[in-house]
Amino acid sequence: MLERDVAVIDARTTPELATAQDEVVLRLDRVGVKYRVPTEHIRSFKEFAIRWLRGEVGYREFWALREVSLTVRRGEGLAVVGPNGAGKSTLLKVMARVLRPTVGRVWVRGSVAPLLQLGAGFHPEMTGRENVWLNATLLGHSRREIEERFEEIVDFAELWDFIEAPLRTYSSGMVARLGFAVATSWHPDVLLVDELLVVGDQSFQQKCRARLEQFRAAGTVVVLVTHNMLEARDVCQQALWLEHGLVRAAGPVDEVTAAYEATVDTL
Amino acid sequence: MISDVHRSEAAPPAEARPPEPRGGAPPIYDSARRQDPFWEELIEAWRYRALVVQLVDRDVKVRYKRSLLGVAWTMVNPLITMGVLTIVFSHLFRFDVPNYPVYMLSANVLWLFFSQSTVSAMNQLMAGGALLTRIYVPRTLFGLAAVGTGLVNLVLSLVPLAAIVLLTGWPITPAVVWIVPAMVLASLFTLGIGLLLSSLAVLFPDVKEMYEALLPAWFFLTPVMYPASILPEGYREWLALNPMVYLVDAFRTPLYAGTAPSLETLLAAAVAAVVTLVVGWAVFTARADQMVYRL
Repeated sequence: MLERDVAVIDARTTPELATAQDEVVLRLDRVGVKYRVPTEHIRSFKEFAIRWLRGEVGYREFWALREVSLTVRRGEGLAVVGPNGAGKSTLLKVMARVLRPTVGRVWVRGSVAPLLQLGAGFHPEMTGRENVWLNATLLGHSRREIEERFEEIVDFAELWDFIEAPLRTYSSGMVARLGFAVATSWHPDVLLVDELLVVGDQSFQQKCRARLEQFRAAGTVVVLVTHNMLEARDVCQQALWLEHGLVRAAGPVDEVTAAYEATVDTL
Repeated sequence: MISDVHRSEAAPPAEARPPEPRGGAPPIYDSARRQDPFWEELIEAWRYRALVVQLVDRDVKVRYKRSLLGVAWTMVNPLITMGVLTIVFSHLFRFDVPNYPVYMLSANVLWLFFSQSTVSAMNQLMAGGALLTRIYVPRTLFGLAAVGTGLVNLVLSLVPLAAIVLLTGWPITPAVVWIVPAMVLASLFTLGIGLLLSSLAVLFPDVKEMYEALLPAWFFLTPVMYPASILPEGYREWLALNPMVYLVDAFRTPLYAGTAPSLETLLAAAVAAVVTLVVGWAVFTARADQMVYRL
């Protein structure tokens, strides 16, 4: 059933079925995410019980994403742009398997690695070394895989001098470097990045960009949520412009970001 | 397109995939193919067992890094408790219980395991929940880690308990191995309660406070500090409704009486543990998809 669906899509776009089918890494098919927001904020169980008995518990429905369809192939970068509250982060959550779509379908082939934000998955009392282990395990890597890559991770983060010190003694830039190094030490099939290329100083940013480029060349799909159009054009070829949970435009990154910038400038 | 780094690598032929996607077909996630959440979570929790171990390791290490006395504290703490309680109960309230310190402490370590782990399951989910909104991990992770950490602490506290048993000249018999099944059953029960509470605590923060207020009452309704025999006839039957009575009894008997727990006790403890875990797991996994909206 799965194979057939993919094949139908590919038959429309390209005649070389066999290879094209292999290329699709990420597909969203009319995905919608509905949040149920209580009309009044109910703070406590007591309050809820009383209101529920009186039949006063009301919900307002709110679509964070609606009718979002997209296909990303191996080695493509997708930039997601749009104003705050457009549903960009919700889109990443749906791809990361964290949120299940209310309607529609999400299909991902291979491993998905989100670039964890500061704080998530790190513990201040533990050493850099212990945090590398914890973070890599969170990403689903086995003991052997982590042992193999440990040196490379610390090399990339340039943190050998501090690796036995507790993380609370690190600067935020150092933590971010460690996070980036762990998340990108393996080639995931899909890398989800939420505004994180502002990691460390100029030279480290260069290294990050080079690594993302290398990933793309090796076939990793990079999905980048960003407000920085230069960055979007730098890393991605495709772009998706979201607004109020709807796709306002999708296509080559230059066209979409230019159109988006035009509306932002007129404001 | 292929960067220098990749060209310089020895083997890969032109169109090779990157080395990572570990052998065989890559995993496929399809939101339309939904297994039953109860079983799906069970499979995922097993797949992520290394992460549970990491979290337990982290919690144990962090706890002992922070405290001056380190592991020694776990050892000293029961000794102090014993001193105080022995004085209070052997001299002020006189229960007709030989070797009261062993009677009381053997049950108390199990009670502490239960109460600390259930509270910690809620705390960990609420404090670490942001993680669940960023990366996929099984949602029962925090509950499992909380019970795992509690279990490590319980095992550590067996050392001072054994010391007290020996110091008071009480015999340790081969029946002591029965504490192992008792600990397993207590863990299942604790996980079930922890998951039930967690699924409520995500919705309403006051659930944690309510539970913490109820815990002392539950403690006094369980014969930890007193023998069940001091209760008047009419009340004793009601104790049978409290699952912790059987779990405490199953754990205490091998240590205190030096015999295996009775079959009725074991059966009742097993039924209570399994039913609670199945209910807790079912409720939690049924609500898990919605939790992400609340964390």
